[in-house]
Amino acid sequence: MTMATAASVAPRNGMLRAGLPIVAFAVLAIGFALAGLAFGPVRLELTQILAALSGEADPSTQAIVTQIRAPRILLGVAVGAGLALSGVALQGILRNPLADPGLIGVTGGAALGAVLVIVLGAAVLSSLPEGLRPYLLPFAAFCGALAVTAFIFGFARQSGTTSVTTLILAGVAVNAISGAAIGALVYISDDQQLRDLTFWSMGGLGQANWTSGFIATLCILFAGAGLLQMARALDLFQLGERAAYHSGVDVERAKLKAAGWSALAVGAGTAVAGPIGFIGLVAPHLARLSVGPSHKLVAPAAALIGVALVLAADLAVRTAVPPAEPPIGLATSLIGGPFFLWLLLRYLRRSTPHA
Amino acid sequence: MLELRGVALRRGARSVLRDVDVALQPGEVMAVCGPNGAGKSSLLSLMAGDLKPTVGSVKLDGRALQSLGAAELAQQRAVLEQSPQVAAPFLVEELVGLGASCAPIAVEDVSPLVRDAMQMAEITHLAQARTDRLSGGEGARAHLARVLAQNAAGRLGGGGKYLLLDEPTASLDLSHQIAAMRCVRAAAAAGCGVMTVLHDLNLAAAFADRIVLISAGTIVADGAPAEVFRESVLSEVFGVAFHVAHEPDGNLRIAPVYRH
Repeated sequence: MTMATAASVAPRNGMLRAGLPIVAFAVLAIGFALAGLAFGPVRLELTQILAALSGEADPSTQAIVTQIRAPRILLGVAVGAGLALSGVALQGILRNPLADPGLIGVTGGAALGAVLVIVLGAAVLSSLPEGLRPYLLPFAAFCGALAVTAFIFGFARQSGTTSVTTLILAGVAVNAISGAAIGALVYISDDQQLRDLTFWSMGGLGQANWTSGFIATLCILFAGAGLLQMARALDLFQLGERAAYHSGVDVERAKLKAAGWSALAVGAGTAVAGPIGFIGLVAPHLARLSVGPSHKLVAPAAALIGVALVLAADLAVRTAVPPAEPPIGLATSLIGGPFFLWLLLRYLRRSTPHA
Repeated sequence: MLELRGVALRRGARSVLRDVDVALQPGEVMAVCGPNGAGKSSLLSLMAGDLKPTVGSVKLDGRALQSLGAAELAQQRAVLEQSPQVAAPFLVEELVGLGASCAPIAVEDVSPLVRDAMQMAEITHLAQARTDRLSGGEGARAHLARVLAQNAAGRLGGGGKYLLLDEPTASLDLSHQIAAMRCVRAAAAAGCGVMTVLHDLNLAAAFADRIVLISAGTIVADGAPAEVFRESVLSEVFGVAFHVAHEPDGNLRIAPVYRH
């Protein structure tokens, strides 16, 4: 007993010491962004990159940096931050470390929305004004993500409380259903659509251009701002829904907000970059391990880790076997799969009763 | 005044509470006692606002409880659930700070308030301990400190009028039970109305101004400890014979009569 007490009073991160990891993650994210600009089929020096960013480089370097690599980095930043913040919000609201937008079907819903537009959207597209057309795919992905989120939260809610087990199992079922629907759509699609679908479903930042990057960034900026504001509510959710209500949280509203913002962030990212797994699971965990459980620190730390992970994965797939470019999901799943197994083990060990 | 008027509560086909009229006054300590399943926690949940009565009304200082938002309610009343939990490994100090964050108070007021609450609940020595590494009793005291901090923060902002505690002494040893009840008295002395569910009748008799005795969903007695804790009433409610003695120091001593 005395020993356990002595171990538990060992001081942990204060606010100042928690700032240090956040700065480190920011440096890491910026480092990967610069590396993303420098590496590729054409290797660029830092001076060349800086020249191109200020518009003074030769035309080909200029094009490589501002037309190809910079939008790709922007999209990577948006997608990484969006997925990580969704993970933080969903894990916080559900008080469960296994919640991830991919696992509970949100990404699958977004994918179904996007595939619907690619295969059946031609008629709708032609009736839209020119300026709105690029927004249809992200909008459909958002609707898909939102529909799934609303469904699983509604499904898992019984007699006033949300059952996490039911929610995750419902997510698995929804994943299977949206997978089947996507399969059916693939089956009826023509050659061009099939090509679009294949590229999209492999996931990657390669399709990035300024328009798509900008749209995704805008959506994710909104969602991220909304999720960051929920830090205190997410902290109080750790006491359980009833105690959170006693502490002043409008529980149903908070769940709705978390689900809505997560759907927007995941939908916007998935629409442009395809389904990218495990970032929403891994980033919040690494954040909590380094800055502790307080969400006002976890959220920014996780966003930066998400950015670093996505940019690192993109760099890896771009430089591994040039000129071929394997899907980015390959790299994230390669890290995320084993991480998830480790997490399960840790979770199982911890859920054994303790004094 | 936090009051239930003509309240009945049904859950499915089962009647949990009926004909309940009870009002918690500022500055008083009300202990709710009764057998398992009598409806004590449901009564507390109705007062806290997380259950809505099937019939009747709940009012906080004249306003219908259901018309008040969660944030407004949190400033007026703090609630300690039976066996409170926290899913994330906060430090004790951070957990208590969460309580203090429930009312809009100045940043410089937070840490003295957190310190006082931890001191009252006798958990100061574990301020830097992780909540997932505490024993059951230590955890209970940490949550008590969190709720005391919420109550005190509410008071600083002009609220903090009611404190609702569901078995705050359940996992505490004798000396910490007394410390917890002293926290209750201190809150009442500061003008707060405290309602606490208690199983220990002696503790209730020693620290409460008023006892509400519940049996099978109705209030069977409501009054000063000496009026309520009579041998005939207790035997009837708990189904066990009781011996009640009036000590020279004015305390009641309530003992069940064991028969093998």
